[in-house]
Order: sequence, then structure tokens, then C-alpha cells
Amino acid sequence: MAAIEILDLEKTYHVGFWRERPKLALRPLRLTIEPGEVFGFLGPNGAGKTTTLKLLMGLVSPTAGTARILGMDFDDPRVKRQIGFLPEQPYFYDYLTAQELLTYYAQLSGVPAKGRAKRIEEMLERFGLTGSARLQLRKYSKGMLQRVGLAQAILHDPKVVFLDEPMSGLDPMGRREVREMIQQMRNEGKTVFFSTHILSDAEALCDRVGIIYQGDLRGVGAVADLMSEARRRVEIIFCSPNVPAELTRLGVEARVSGDMVNAVLDEEKQEAALEILRREQIRLISLTPVRSSLEEYYVQKLRPRENGKGAGA
Amino acid sequence: MNRIGYVAFNTFREAVRDRVLYNLIAFALLISGAAVLVGEISIDIERLVVVNLGLTAVSLFGVVIAIFMGIGLVSKEIEKKTLYTVLSRPVRRWEFVVGKFCGLTGTLVVNTLFMAIGVFLALLYVAHRFVQADLWVLLALYFIVLEFLIVCALALFFSSFSTPVMSAVFTFALFVIGSLAEDLRGFARITDGITGALATGIAYLVPNFSAFNIIDLAAHGATVPGRLILYNTAYALLYSAMAISGAVLIFQRRNLK
Amino acid sequence: MSLVAGTVLLVSMAGGVALLFAIDRVKMRPESQQALYIRSSKALRRLSLGYTGLMADIYWTRAVQYFGEQHHKGSGDFRLLAPLLQVTVELDPHMLPPYQFGANFLGSQPPNGAGRPGDAMMLLKYGIAHNPDQWRLYYNLGFLYFTEFKDYPKAAEAFARGAQLPVTNEYMPILAARMAQQGGEFETSRILWYSTYQSTKEAAIRQNAVDHLRALQVDEQVTQLEGLVAKYRQQTRRWPANTGDLERAGFIRGTPLDPNGHPYKLTPDGRVEVQDPESILYITKGLPPGMESPMPKPAGR
Repeated sequence: MAAIEILDLEKTYHVGFWRERPKLALRPLRLTIEPGEVFGFLGPNGAGKTTTLKLLMGLVSPTAGTARILGMDFDDPRVKRQIGFLPEQPYFYDYLTAQELLTYYAQLSGVPAKGRAKRIEEMLERFGLTGSARLQLRKYSKGMLQRVGLAQAILHDPKVVFLDEPMSGLDPMGRREVREMIQQMRNEGKTVFFSTHILSDAEALCDRVGIIYQGDLRGVGAVADLMSEARRRVEIIFCSPNVPAELTRLGVEARVSGDMVNAVLDEEKQEAALEILRREQIRLISLTPVRSSLEEYYVQKLRPRENGKGAGA
Repeated sequence: MNRIGYVAFNTFREAVRDRVLYNLIAFALLISGAAVLVGEISIDIERLVVVNLGLTAVSLFGVVIAIFMGIGLVSKEIEKKTLYTVLSRPVRRWEFVVGKFCGLTGTLVVNTLFMAIGVFLALLYVAHRFVQADLWVLLALYFIVLEFLIVCALALFFSSFSTPVMSAVFTFALFVIGSLAEDLRGFARITDGITGALATGIAYLVPNFSAFNIIDLAAHGATVPGRLILYNTAYALLYSAMAISGAVLIFQRRNLK
Repeated sequence: MSLVAGTVLLVSMAGGVALLFAIDRVKMRPESQQALYIRSSKALRRLSLGYTGLMADIYWTRAVQYFGEQHHKGSGDFRLLAPLLQVTVELDPHMLPPYQFGANFLGSQPPNGAGRPGDAMMLLKYGIAHNPDQWRLYYNLGFLYFTEFKDYPKAAEAFARGAQLPVTNEYMPILAARMAQQGGEFETSRILWYSTYQSTKEAAIRQNAVDHLRALQVDEQVTQLEGLVAKYRQQTRRWPANTGDLERAGFIRGTPLDPNGHPYKLTPDGRVEVQDPESILYITKGLPPGMESPMPKPAGR
């Protein structure tokens, strides 16, 4: 049984005073996430990531399509016991303390009264909030709020966790902490579905990614596969006041600084380039493979299509 | 079912932390000032003044609080997005609305309780003892609480789809019109044509606050028919149910941007 | 859930409206009812925060409601009518219907009215003081003097003053003249009631005028007929048995009918009687001996 099955979920908003202008936020989306997976939902701002999450959470009703979470209909109330959600830039009742908020949420999520207090203490500790547990949330920093957000997302031990831009607005330290927490969730066997536009995070954490742009799913695949799909490139640094004409004809990207040239080219052109340098008796300083990144794949997928829709792979 | 209780409790806690109950201080000052002054300036009508002033203040303070708290109940949560993490939990939307209602009315009941104590203390001060007529003051307070039920339900209803400002305006307008509901029905009876039809429609749909206001009766110690207590209670419950189910219907469909 | 909520909404709405009927029927004791109506218009003025017009409207509505209820009950107790009307006009002296209502129903005797012509007079005088160019008020005043006080000179004066206004009614000079004459009571009364009927849209007042007109017709016919019966007796030394006799003797043409369409009865002792006296209100003639002038019975008894 898949953890999440999104079946042609679609959302069109109607904007304008008489609600006459349709705005397509999400084209029919088909996606399946397996249990235990960490899935990254990538895309620029406004691509439809948040819309997808809001649809799955039942905050917004779909124009068409449906979804199943852990085999149940996504709007079945029983599902809500098994999922956790962290919205983008979450805002919590600022007059409550972290402890009160988590208790309230635990009550709503049906955490049995018996072990409730203990569980909350565990959560507070796990997310480093014990010290400020009795401080009102209005006094919390962004990083602390994010941690509260993660705590409320998993305090009822859900099987599937949905995170919307969990790293947004955090400093590098904060981001690293969140990354570690997601890793921990994965180690606990939870399915994690999170959206982001920071590719390095996706690279580091995800088993699979999906790229969405302008409401359209452009590509889905395992991170490792996608990275190798992109072209292999090498970077050559050599001593020369300018770029040899033949090298330019070969088709390289070069940058001159002082008496050094920094050139990047496809791996297959490597031999030819080295040959040119030898003939011109130009001194080679270094030759390094450029580690291709998800960025390549991402950028490729974001290019406007020539024709029609349908998810590429 | 418990979830309604949890939501209600949290709403109450929010009100307390919002320092809503501080209004009691203003009320206490008002009522004690009045009690003291009244002894100086008039003979034989101290009780009358204390009852009239006290109950009117309880009613007005309460309606103001009900409106100002109620209008933000739903709209504030949507605006501030605090709802996102709440609705992703097993709590159903209707449970949320009903819970908010219970919390709001609970706050008002507690508030009224303290005010009632204040009124009775003032009465004790001016009359030096309790009289049987004071029972009617208790009944008047009960009717005022029933009024609050309806006002809270209305404020909540408007909050589910309107901005706080408009909600306040609508609820207050209905409160004023509802206070004249009896006269409106009389007017509808002697008018015909389109005006009559319109007046009849409005007259029977606005909340019938006029029947809940027995402040002058309580002040004169006049009796109230027992049936009225039953009818008013039933009416308050039915009208609130109507407004709340309206709120639920609207909130069910609402897309949270 | 939407279905449940929708059902609850409709059911509670229906229940609420139904309850309102029940609540409206709950009668408060008269003393407590008294307490509900603030007598002092000064206090009311302040209470209404300047919206005196609205308050006046409310009190006017209450006055009409109150009258209707008391009339329906047949209690004859209209003690709150005068204060209610008074408060109304004190809040808004330029509202004209209360004056007319008061003239008609404060002045007349119970159970039809409050039987307080003095109050009615004060109300009208107040109205005239604040609205000196409203002919209708002078009309009401004259009417009051005529019907309740039987003070013909004062009635004439009122009608005359009203007749002099730039905007007035065509009956006014006629009425003034007739009052001064003090004669032809039937004709004057008929003009009065007829013009009352013409000049108002208020259903209760119109009905009242119609009833009086019918009574006038009977009184007039009976008076005429009794005169003719006496003449017949003089001529033939006998009382006529029925109106047919009168016709044959040439005193009348055709058979005179009462407003109900029935012929008049002639009694052996020379009197004329209406066939069904109970059914025609206000008649003072044509009644069996000892019977009082029929007054309107309260509705619903």
C-alpha cells in the first residue's frame, strides 16, 4: 500500500470581483509516494507546492480529482490521526506557551490522556525547547517557532509527515537542525513529503524528487538517477592572457582573470581541449570534474515547453 | 466530542489572556459608584436605580464583549493562519465552530457571574437586606445570559465569512433591531402591501431581544409568567442553533487561502 | 455534515418563528404592563438619544396595538390609550394620525372608545397649537364638540376657523353654518359622518363612520314614518297596520326599507320599529320599548 496516492488532483481558483478569471493553480497531478520515502517537492515560488499541500490537508477543496493517504480517502477524518503538517511560516496562538500549545494539539489529535504529558516532555526535549517551554510563543525566535512547528507535526507519532518549506527563513544553523530532524524522522520509518526551493537540501535528504512548475509536474525521479542524467562537465584552469581561438570554436565557457583562464566544458570535449593546449604550449594548472548537481536537472525541467503538457521524466 | 471541549477551553483561555475580564474592573467601579451616589440623592428608589443601572450595565457590557470577542473568533484564525495546524488534525470543522461558541459563551457566563455578585452586593448595600423581589433580578440576569447566547451565535456566524469590522456592524445592528422586535411585529400587523410583507419577514427573523429584557419588571418587582421562562429558553437555544448551523455551513465550504 | 447543519438551520428557524407567536401571546399583568410604558416624554426624549422621530413611531404603533388588543378583549379598559397618544405627540407634535385616532376613540364611549372626551380635547388643542394650518385638526375638534359635548357654538367656531385656512376641506364652511344654525341635526350629522368617511384611510374610523351613517338613515326614516303614521291616524282614526297602508293612502311611494333591506314594522300603538334592531348599531329610534341603543359588541365573544 502506497503511503500517498495523488490521483489527478486539480485546483483552479477564480479571481476577480465577480470571480470570473480562472487561475490554474494545479494541473491534474498524479503522484505516488511509497512508505518510508523522503520525497522532495521542488519548484519556484508560486509553482503549486503549497496548493498541493493545502489540498491534501483539506484546507482547500479540489476542483477535481482525489487522493488517498495510507489507503484511506484523504478527507477521511481518520487519516488526520496518522498525518502531521507543518505549514510554511507557521503561526501559532502566541498567547500560549509551547507546552500549552503542544498539549492542546495533543488533545485534538487524540493522544490518550494517560501518556500525554510525558510525550510532550519528550517532544520538548527532542527539539531543544525544554528551557523555553513555559514562555509564551510570542517571545519565540523564528528558529524556535520552526522547532515548535516540527514538534506539533510529529507529537502524535504520525506515519506520514507533510512539511511546507521547512527550511525557509532559517539561518544555516537552523537549517542544519531541521535537516537532522528530517533524517531522524526517516530513521523512525516515517514517510516525509516536503516542499522546498532549496536544491541542496533536496539533494541531501530526498530519495526521490518531483519538480513542479506553473502548476505542472515536470519530472519525477530518484535523486541519484537524475544527477547522473545531467551532462558531465570538467573544469580546466590554465595560464594564458586570453582564450585560444580554437578553444572557443570548440565551445567552452571561459573566464579570464589576470593571466589565468578558467574554462568549463563537456567531458567529451576534454581530450580535444587538452590537445589544443599542448599545441599552443599553454601550461595546464588543473583539471577537475565538475560535480553535476540537481540544479542542472531542475533548470532543464523549468524551461518552457514547446508543446502540450504531461509529466516528463 | 471531547474535542469540542478542548476547543472551548482554549477559546476561554484566549479570552482571559486577552485581558477581556478586565472589563469587570470598570463594571465594579461603575456599580459601586452608583450605589454610593444613589444613597445621597434620592429617597425610596435606591433599589430601583441599582437594579436598573446594574442590569443595564451587565447587559451592555456583555453585548459589547460578546461582539468584540465573537467577531474575530473565526476570521482572526483564518487571517493569522493559526487554523492550518488545527484543521490538519482530526478535529472536524463543525466541532471547531461549536467549540468556539461554547468557549465564548462560557467566558460571558463567567463574566456575568462576577457582575451578578457585584449587583447583589450593591443591592445589599442600599437595601441592607435581600428581599423576595431580588429573585426577579436573578431571573433578569438569566434572561440576559440567554441574550448573550444569541449575540455570541450571531457574532460567530458573521465571523465565519465576514471581516471583523463588518461582523461587528451586522451583529450590533441586529441587536438594536432585535430590541425593537416586538414593536416591529406590531408595525407589520398594521401595515399591508409590500412594506407589510417585508416588515413581517424581518420582524419574525430578527432575534427577539425585546422579550428578554425584563429589567424594568425586575426593578418594580413585578411578576413574570412562568411560561415566558420556558419559551425564552427554548427560543434562545433555537435561535443560537440556527446561527451556529449557518456558521458551520459556511465554514465547511470555506477555502483557506 | 452540511446536510445536518442545513436541517438544523431550517428546523430551528421554523421553531423560533413558531415560538414567537407563543411568546407574543404571553399576557403580562396590567400593573406590569403599566410599568412598561414610560410616561414621561422628557425621559423618553433623552433615552432615544435624539431619535425622537423613531421613538414617536414606536409609541404610535404601540398605541394602535394597545387599542386593538383592548378592543378585542372587550374589557372597555383603555386607560393607557391617552398616555400613549400623549407621549407620541409630545415626541413628535407634527404627526397627525394620533390626533385623529384620539379624537375618534378617546372621545367616544366604551366599549367602543375610552370615554374620555376631555383627554381627546386636550390632545386636539395641543395638536392645533403645534400645527395651526392643518384643517383636519379643527375638523376633529368640531366633531368632538358636536358629538360628545353637544356644544354647538364651540363646534361652529372650530369649523369656522378651519374653513378659513388656505388649504381646507369643502365641508368646513357648510358645517360651520349648520352648527351655527343648530338645526337639521340629521343632515348635519350625515355630512359629518360622510366627510369623516371620505377623509380618512384608517379602516377602523371608516367602519365607525359607516355604522353611524346607517343609524342615521334609520333614525331619519323612523322619525319620518312616525310622523306619517300620526297623520294617518288623524285622517282615518286608525293606526296603519303596515307600510302598505301608508302607501295606499298616498303618504309614501314604494316600501321603505331599512339598511338591512327589511321593511319597517308598524306597531298597534303607532310606533315604527326596525325588524332586527340588534343588527343596526347606534340607532336611537325604531327600537322596542325599553331597549337601549345597540352598541358594538366586542369581537370574538
